[in-house]
Amino acid sequence: MDTTLAPVTVGEELPVFTRATGFPVWNRFAAVNDEFVPIHMDDEAGRAAGMPGAFGMGNLQLAYLHNLVREWLGERGRILRMQCRFRSVNHKGQQVTARGRVTSVQRQTVQQTVQQTVGLVVELDVWTEDQDGNQLAPGSCTVLIDTGLIDR
Amino acid sequence: MISDAMRAATGRELSRAVSYPVSASDIRRWAIAVYFPAEPPPRYWDAEVAARSRFGGIVAPEDFNPFAWMSAEPRGIPRGRGGSDADFTERCLGIDGPGLTRQLNGGCSVEYGAPIRVDDVITSVQRLAGYSERDGRLGRMLFTDLESTWTNQRDEFVKRATLTLIRY
Repeated sequence: MDTTLAPVTVGEELPVFTRATGFPVWNRFAAVNDEFVPIHMDDEAGRAAGMPGAFGMGNLQLAYLHNLVREWLGERGRILRMQCRFRSVNHKGQQVTARGRVTSVQRQTVQQTVQQTVGLVVELDVWTEDQDGNQLAPGSCTVLIDTGLIDR
Repeated sequence: MISDAMRAATGRELSRAVSYPVSASDIRRWAIAVYFPAEPPPRYWDAEVAARSRFGGIVAPEDFNPFAWMSAEPRGIPRGRGGSDADFTERCLGIDGPGLTRQLNGGCSVEYGAPIRVDDVITSVQRLAGYSERDGRLGRMLFTDLESTWTNQRDEFVKRATLTLIRY
């Protein structure tokens, strides 16, 4: 059996996705998402918004959560839903780690775009946290793992 | 904070846009940015690797935005870019806004359908999903839910994203 296609288990923790955050990553994200907003580029604008200085984009935290789940999922399936709240802002110099844990697994029939697929619907808690373990963007994710791939 | 006019506007369309055809370069650059400083996975930039994947070709990361910078419709640089106008939502609806000065991205909830492939043209329709208000650590805060639904040129559902805008 190919272990990369093995079913998931409740309580399983995902391999983490970690990045040092600050202008080098924020500016690159701004460049592809047209997000050159003053609060993300300028400490003075960040302070005017009530923060200690410039801070990172929520959308980049969301991207890190997608990276986390995709790298764990591999070729086994796809992301159906992702949600998160931006609880705390991402400050310059923080080491941000995206983490996840499987909370439930159910065999279900899912209507995809053009066909019905039978597979494992996996619910996960996902979140990003700073280097001290403070959560920045807690959320949840639903993925579909194709039963056909698992059983092959 | 929530006026009668704002309440009555719930459900109204805020904007509609059509993307330019998505290019392999758009997808590659997005992947480089969100994986930086690591090299992004080859499935986002190596067509041969992507051809062997479950999607049979290059598809964009789910979080990819084909509307950044400019859209095919409406033409030109989108209005309201820069994030400085906290009443932009109500201005789009032709009503008075709450007059708050600060805003943050409070969170989002996204549902995915068909993946975005090279040459896809994406249409986005954004609606005002609703308002709520409550006290937070930065004082009284107004929460505005903005729902965007994306479809592709085959009229397949691509994505529905609800963004919660916090103003204070």
